Amino acid sequence: MAMTEPEILAGLGEIVDEVAGVPADQVTLEKSFVDDLDIDSLSMVEIAVAAQDKFGVEIPDDQLKNLKTVQDVVNYVHTAEVSA
Amino acid sequence: MLMRLAEGAAGARILAFGGYQPARVLTNDELATTIDTSDEWIRSRVGIASRRIAGPDESLADMATAAGGKAVAASGLSPADVDLVIVATCTPEAPIPNTAATVATRLGISAPGAFDVNAACAGFCYALSVASDAVRAGSARNVLVIGAEKLSQWVDWTDRSTAIIFADGAGAAVVGPVTDPDEGPGIGPVVWGSDGGMADKIAIKDRDSFIVQEGQAVFRWATTALHPVAKLACERAGVDPADLAAFVPHQANLRIIEGIARKIGAPQALVADDIVTAGNTSSASIPLALSKMIERGEIGSGAAVLLLGFGAGICYAGQVITVP
Repeated sequence: MAMTEPEILAGLGEIVDEVAGVPADQVTLEKSFVDDLDIDSLSMVEIAVAAQDKFGVEIPDDQLKNLKTVQDVVNYVHTAEVSA
Repeated sequence: MLMRLAEGAAGARILAFGGYQPARVLTNDELATTIDTSDEWIRSRVGIASRRIAGPDESLADMATAAGGKAVAASGLSPADVDLVIVATCTPEAPIPNTAATVATRLGISAPGAFDVNAACAGFCYALSVASDAVRAGSARNVLVIGAEKLSQWVDWTDRSTAIIFADGAGAAVVGPVTDPDEGPGIGPVVWGSDGGMADKIAIKDRDSFIVQEGQAVFRWATTALHPVAKLACERAGVDPADLAAFVPHQANLRIIEGIARKIGAPQALVADDIVTAGNTSSASIPLALSKMIERGEIGSGAAVLLLGFGAGICYAGQVITVP
């Protein structure tokens, strides 16, 4: 069964904490990965890989570059899960 | 009529290592004066603080000869004992002649088999495997294996995505037969492979081009596809990753190195980080890093070390070796 948006956000918070050491409670929907959370392009790849393991949703590089905010990733995962 | 086969050796081992780096140190701060980058940016993305660049008159063969000469001297063999020379490189000075024959002659090795191998950053592991098999099969008695690169001549020094990464250098190993019957083989089975479908991810497209790399795609591949190769190399050698004294992967990017190291399950293993001061020297990086670790006394004789080369092609190869 597909996860709810809050569940995806919580899971993403754990991933960001693990990959980049940013506390999960700072990973809120309006945050930009690069500008607000200081996450670089390589860490974004690590987040995408971890998201695939956790949510079963693949985020290829050409999609990843369009995902600027936490909301973008949550939407992407949610949409992919619903359509899966 | 049955043909005779060559008489081989029960196993092959590495007798000695040698490394060479050009004198010229190029720091991040110096790069930042000509391209839009910074010391902090380079250190955090790739882990490099400085790299070595060959002098204008310093050729690939010069560096390969220097590293190879050190390895032969350290092995206790004389040049006449070496009957095969393999140079792994993706930056030869010309398509022909190959580098290996030139280097052999300059080292006083008379009429050995000599050829170059191009598996880019995996080249040393490929060449080491071929050398081991040649000794075991009896095609050669002692093999000089060299990884050497002059990447600086293929770098666009205005491209900040590659100019910060690539560097020059050489590393070498002498491979010989296992002579003591109580001694196990010193070079484990290779696990190698390739995927030409990713050929465009790291490439020098023609002789007028510079090296280009899709950093994110390579990073994703390296951090997800390679730890199984590393684990399989341990499994095939019958070595528990927990017993590895060191892990010496190709020095591509410190974050890739650390990412793979975490996934192997080798908590005791010293992880090579020569990239910090050597940069990415492609096929030279593994023997260069290893020769320095041995020189500094960080890994002792008999220790099991996992090597893992990976890069353009894409090509990858890994094997466990025993420190001479």
